[in-house]
Amino acid sequence: MNLSQVLEIASHTDPGMVRSHNEDSVASVAEKGLVVLADGMGGYNAGEVASGMATTVITTELRQLLEDHPPHEVDPLSGQKAAMKMLQEQVAKANTSVYQASQSQPQYAGMGTTLVVALFYDNKMMVAHIGDSRLYRMRGDEFGQVTKDHSLLQEQIDAGVLTKAQAKHASNKNLVTRALGIDPVVEAEIHEYDTQPGDIYLLCSDGLSDMVSDEDIGMALKALGANLNLAAQQLVQMANDNGGRDNVSVILIKILREYSAGHGLASKIFGWFR
Amino acid sequence: MAKLILSMDGLVLKEIPLSKERTTIGRKPHNDIQIDNLAVSGEHAVIVTILADSFLEDLGSTNGTFVNGKTVKKHFLQSNDVIELGKYKLKYISEALPGAAKAADFEKTMVLRPGAMRKPPEPQPPAAAGAAPVHVETMPGGIGHPAGAPAAAGAPKAHGDTQVGMAAAPAAAPAPAAPVRRAMVQLLSGANAGKELELTKPLTTLGKPGVQVAVITRRPQGFFITHVEGANKPTVNGKPIELQAHALNDHDIIELAGVKVEFFFKP
Repeated sequence: MNLSQVLEIASHTDPGMVRSHNEDSVASVAEKGLVVLADGMGGYNAGEVASGMATTVITTELRQLLEDHPPHEVDPLSGQKAAMKMLQEQVAKANTSVYQASQSQPQYAGMGTTLVVALFYDNKMMVAHIGDSRLYRMRGDEFGQVTKDHSLLQEQIDAGVLTKAQAKHASNKNLVTRALGIDPVVEAEIHEYDTQPGDIYLLCSDGLSDMVSDEDIGMALKALGANLNLAAQQLVQMANDNGGRDNVSVILIKILREYSAGHGLASKIFGWFR
Repeated sequence: MAKLILSMDGLVLKEIPLSKERTTIGRKPHNDIQIDNLAVSGEHAVIVTILADSFLEDLGSTNGTFVNGKTVKKHFLQSNDVIELGKYKLKYISEALPGAAKAADFEKTMVLRPGAMRKPPEPQPPAAAGAAPVHVETMPGGIGHPAGAPAAAGAPKAHGDTQVGMAAAPAAAPAPAAPVRRAMVQLLSGANAGKELELTKPLTTLGKPGVQVAVITRRPQGFFITHVEGANKPTVNGKPIELQAHALNDHDIIELAGVKVEFFFKP
């Protein structure tokens, strides 16, 4: 099923106002309903190598896999959706690639990357994430964060040490507790969500979420949701206007209509006329 | 780090970070920024950068060096200054704040590896230790910096292959400068003629969804109007705006979806 008519996708990435190079990496494959965003870390240009490797491995491998394997099918043995397994395997593959490069090349030692991937299929999306790159959802007037950061700050919030308001002013915003490519194995957090026509999803690096309040991000999406490209540029501009201390990347996905995988001709035709 | 954006005829050619103390500009190849154009002298000008400040000096060029349209011999560069050499333009963009480069290091995303944490930036919650694979080890001699104490600002940066436990990280950088002036829009025609609205939000939309919508964005540089949706673009003082954001001036008249709106700065 080609999803390019169902999903509207816009992305924008910018080095920000302070950094000289961009360690973020974004990729999307509209017809397969796949979007990937990674925020690399590591000395010199190793950060962009890590994020670039992760996005490339995941998009090329998944694009291939999705040709032959419908993501909505349930594996009878594990009871898991194929999409879940695909994401697990490809994240593991990306992790191995980055980890091995960092082990074999001294200039890449210690590099790693955060990751957020969303795969859309059958009126659903499977989201995998590692680290503090986020996925937000705008449904109607409601705007909120879907993923939960793997960061020290989030752990402190969960433990009740810090309130969300205090967290805004915390100094350790940039410490992630999980990253891809740092250790031989990594576990991505993967969940499935239902989608509805009209939903707008935002994937972003911490360069946006640290510089612009959730409230302002929501306002921008509400005001500019009709023009996704402009909204993406506006978000980056807002981060830069607020100081732009880090690379800023955003991917926006709007669900234009239903995209049931269709288990027969009748449902396909029904879906067409809805 | 401050940077220059080289452009010709409005086309951006490249971005040059001012990483050296002396950045030379000229036609000859040994210059840091070589501009191969006969209007540019062999050694045309030099930019001396000391910490966050950059000074431009003309090196006795034949055709002169212009900053913002004025010929200069020596000039203390301000952010957004435009240096002109012949047909080429170099826009100078300074870093946001003198301390920004330093602060930026702390902004970098870093991974906190299980077992690698040497010094807790905050007292660790007991629950977190159970919930997450984070071990807390206190480095000998590493204690004694209460988090948030001013003395901590001078504490050495965490080092080693993995940078963790940044008690020395400064508090969030100061909020960016708000736009200098407050602005309003007033409806001049339509059912709500006379109604005024102050532009307090970063974004204010105007128009009818599905028909014609524009947005006014409030930025540090001022107020800008951008077309969002609809077949027609809004007009400012009778002229349709382009695709990109259009800067608004005092008493500009915006027209969209059949309604006239005046933009003005608050006295």
